[in-house]
This record gives sequence, C-alpha cells and structure tokens, in this order.
Amino acid sequence: MEALVASAVGIMTAAGIFLILRRRTFPVILGLSLITYAVNVFLFATGRLALNAPAVLNKYEEVPYTDPLPQALVLTAIVISFGMTAVIVMISLSAYLSAKDDHIDMSPQDSVDAPGDDA
Amino acid sequence: MNHWIVAPIVLPAILAPFIIMVLRFHLDLQRIFSVAGVVALLGIALTITAQASGGDIQVYELGDWPAPFGIVMVLDRMSAMMVLLTALLALPIVLYAIASGWDDRGKHFHALFHFQLMGVCGAFLTGDAFNLFVFFEVLLIASYGLMTHGGGAVRLKAGVQYVAYNLLGSTLFLFALGTIYGVTGTLNMADIAVRVAAIPAEDTALLRVGAVLLLLVFCIKAAVLPLHFWLPASYANAPLPVAALFAIMTKVGAYSILRMYTLAFGPDVEATQGLVGDWLQPAALVTLAVGAIGILGSRHIARMVAFCAIASMGTLLIAIAQFTPDATAAALYYVFHSTLATALLFLVADLIMERQGGAITPKPPMPQSGLIASLFFVGAIAMAGMPPLSGFVGKLLVLDASRDAADATAVWAVILIGSFVTIIGLARAGTLIFWKSHDTQVVLIDAPADDEDVPAQVAPEPQPGLAFTAVFGAVAGLILLTVFAGPALEYTSKTAEQLFTPENYISAVLGGEE
Repeated sequence: MEALVASAVGIMTAAGIFLILRRRTFPVILGLSLITYAVNVFLFATGRLALNAPAVLNKYEEVPYTDPLPQALVLTAIVISFGMTAVIVMISLSAYLSAKDDHIDMSPQDSVDAPGDDA
Repeated sequence: MNHWIVAPIVLPAILAPFIIMVLRFHLDLQRIFSVAGVVALLGIALTITAQASGGDIQVYELGDWPAPFGIVMVLDRMSAMMVLLTALLALPIVLYAIASGWDDRGKHFHALFHFQLMGVCGAFLTGDAFNLFVFFEVLLIASYGLMTHGGGAVRLKAGVQYVAYNLLGSTLFLFALGTIYGVTGTLNMADIAVRVAAIPAEDTALLRVGAVLLLLVFCIKAAVLPLHFWLPASYANAPLPVAALFAIMTKVGAYSILRMYTLAFGPDVEATQGLVGDWLQPAALVTLAVGAIGILGSRHIARMVAFCAIASMGTLLIAIAQFTPDATAAALYYVFHSTLATALLFLVADLIMERQGGAITPKPPMPQSGLIASLFFVGAIAMAGMPPLSGFVGKLLVLDASRDAADATAVWAVILIGSFVTIIGLARAGTLIFWKSHDTQVVLIDAPADDEDVPAQVAPEPQPGLAFTAVFGAVAGLILLTVFAGPALEYTSKTAEQLFTPENYISAVLGGEE
C-alpha cells in the first residue's frame, strides 16, 4: 500500500509539474489541480497509513486508531485549494476574454512599457 | 487571557464582511468605515506593542485549548512590532486609495483591503505552523482580488501569473508542513522546537528536507533570488497603492524565516545546522545585486520601484541570514524602513503615472511637478540609503553588524556597490522624468506629431490634497524612524535578544506542562 500511495503522489506531482510548464492557462490550471490532489494525498499519508482504523479514540476497548489531525488538515487544504482553483479559473477567464489570448506569458507589447493602463 | 492579542485579527475579520454585505452600494460609508477600521487597528497595535515591550511573551489560546492541542496566538516583541508596522503602513495607503479614487475603479476594494490586513496580522501573531499557512492563504486570496482590482487585459494576465505562482508556493508549503508533521507529530511552533531538539541525529533526513522546503516557501514570499520572478510583473501591474500595501507581504516571508529559523530550526539545532544561513546569505547577496541592476535597467517607473523592493529585501535578508542578535536587531530596524520607503516610492510612482504615464522618458511637464519631484527625491534618498534618512541608519547598522562575519568583504562590497547602483538608477529616473521634461527640445523630439493627444495629457485634474497628505504621512514615518532611531534600535535589540532565547517562548507557550 505504501508503494501505491507513494507512486500515486509522485506521478500526480510529476504530471502536474509537466502541465504547469505548458504555455496556455488551461493546462496550467489542470496541472495546479493535479499538484493540489497530490499534496492532499501526501498530507493524508503523513498520519501514517492504517487500514480499517477509525480516526477517533475508543475509550471502551483497545482498538487501533489512526491520527485524526492530518485528516483535519487535508480538509482545510482541500477547501483552500478548491477555492483558489476557482479564483484562478475566474481570473484567467477574464484575462482571456479581455486579451483574446490565453497564453500564460506576457506578449512583448504587454511587457515592455505598459503596466495596466489605468482605465 | 489577554484578549487584545486576537483583536488585530478579529477587527478586520468582522469589518470586511460588514463592508461587503451591508455597505456594498455605499462607497462613502465604505470609506469612512475602512479608515475608521485602520485607525482602530493602529490603536490596537499600539496597545499590544506597549504590552509586549515589557518583554514577557503572552499567549492566547483559541477556544481555551492548551498549547500543543489547540491553536495559539503568541504576542512577543517581534509580532507586536510587525503588527504595528502593518497598521502604520495601512493608514496612508487607505487614505491615498480614497483620495486618488483607486477604490472606485473596481468593486470591494475596502473589503479586500481589510481581509488582507487580517491575513497579514494573523501571520504575524500565530504560533502554529498550519495556522500560518491558513493566514498566508487569507492574505493571498485577498491579494489576488486587490492585484486585479480595476481590471484591464495586462493586469489580468499578470494576475494569472501571480496566482499560479502563489498556488504553487502554497502547495509547496503544504508539502513542507506535511513532512515536518510526519517527523515531529506536531505543528505548534514551540512544540516543533522541542521535538526537533529531541530527534536523534540519524533520523533527521526527512526533517532537513522539511526545513529546506519551508525555507523555499518563505523565500518565494520574500522574493529571494532564484524565486523572485513573480514580483516585478505583479507589483508593476497591480494598482500602485495596492503594490504599496504588498510591501508588507514580502516582509511576511522575512518574518516567517526569522521566526521559524530562530525558534524551531535555530542556529544551535544540530539537525539543521548549516542549512539555512549558508544558503540564504549568497542568495540574499545576489538578490540585492539583481535588484540594483533592475533599478538601473527599468524603463517603467512601477517596475523600477518593484526592483527597489527586491533590492531592499536583499539587504534585509543579508542581515537576517547571519542569525546573530546584532544583525537581527539591524534587520528589524531595516524592516520598518524598507516597508515605509517602498510604499512611499510606490505612492509617488502612482502620482507620476496618473499625470503622465509610467515610462521613464522625457515628457511634457506635469501638474504639481515640483511637489512630486521633491517627494520622489525624499523616497529615493531613503531607498538608496543616503543620509539623512533612515535608509542610511539601517544600512549602517547592517554593515556594522556584519563586520565580524566570515564573508564580511562580500557583504560590504555588495551592499555598498548595490547602493551606488541604486543611486544611479534612481537619479537617472528622476532626471528623465522631472528635469528633462522642462527641456523643450528633448520633449519635442520625443513627442511626435500626434496633435490630438497632446492637449489631453497636459492637464489632468490636480489631485486633492488628501493624496499628498497620505504620501507625506509615509514621509513622516521615515523621518520619525530616523529621529527616533535610538529608541527604535533599543526596542529591536531587545526583540533580537528575545528571539535568540527561544526557551522563553517555548515555556510561555507550553507552560502548562512543567
């Protein structure tokens, strides 16, 4: 199981990094989502992997339990990354609509001397 | 428990939603509440600074859960002074944004502004590493809104880059925290410090990975060299009052480095010895060099000021990377100066851009040219570190503190040559913008025959006095910092002393255990 989880995290991160290095916004956003999935699984695994173990202590009998804190952290991380992904989708959509161009890098006439004209 | 500690977070956290939900359609009321909120924040910041200056470290347990289990807010001298700096910075910026009408060019400026303040204050006060991540996200998500405030194709494109880069940074932060949690089993900063010291040397490989990942994250925030790429484009394309506020955001990165790498992974901790200072110092030197070269090479005033921000981060991190009490005291003094000077230059750059656009070329004279030129002159003197302003005092302190360091020659050479190049760059920009514009021949050659446009740019309506009052507020901050350099340095020296005795911090936070 450890090998499976580790390779899943690794492959998702690698694919995410590959996609982030693309030049258009859509693959970049996909890549960011993949990396956030990878980090969520990774965070989950930092509480050690355990099968069939609840994330609560049982005071009546000695049963195995798993660390609940990483699960809470993952929940926070999922919410935040979900929100952030929504934000970047909105911003890149409006950038695409106003610039008619979804390249992630600035075109030469953007970057020379024209930080946002203050309309 | 002292409830003042959590007030700098609660106040903007209540005010911002109130502005969105109740005052959405009333810009005047938004402005009044926003300014009142910032003034109240300043009052709170002064109160907690007064409380912290006594030297005891106070802890606020959220939900009354004791330290390693619950989240704690910790007030020590450094947190208090950073919160005070945030409030001091916010006041002129919010006044300027109102006076220049920037807050009217998009929606929800004031709400986002207060969310940003909440994130910044929270990051300064928290004593929990995961909570630090959450406050980073709060300040980032507010900054995404502020960065694209007002819209425009170029600004939105720069915004996409900025968001993508920071999302990646946040992911890296989570990887770092996960690694550290996996090794130590805790996320409370003081508890991490205790556990790290107790880990046997042969088991520290993962911990070292975590510590370096964390350093990378903070370096992204602080725009240290190979990770600084996001800064010039983002700051130059953001609305400039917002960029002035962002001057505190790079300082959040510097603060986090100082906090984590004196407390948890301090210079005495065997596991991470030689990991931080040795790498940070060269990176900081190169940051300063690249910043100075960028100032010289920029053809746009906003980009030039963005490179000023990078250069001053370089100087700051040179001082931080030494991890000695003297250098840290100098660094903390320089934080104050660098934030105010960067913000001042951004505001002046906005005054210039509103009148004649941002390109550093000779153009027809602008209204109130003399006043703006003198403000630019003051900002440039402060930024370059020439006497009589606080930049000189700050750089002098940094140089003096690094006199005994192993690589003192390199540090002195880079700081002094960097300052010199900065002076040339700023002088060149000021000359072209303010002096050449009165040279009719140059202007005529450079402004060819597009007759219709010329009268349009000659006289935009002069700004109301409030904008200048705001800018002069920042100048006053710098002057006060210079005049009261003695008391300020005394405070920062005590702060540094406190930082380098982490035992007090740890026992204050985990006090119940003994």
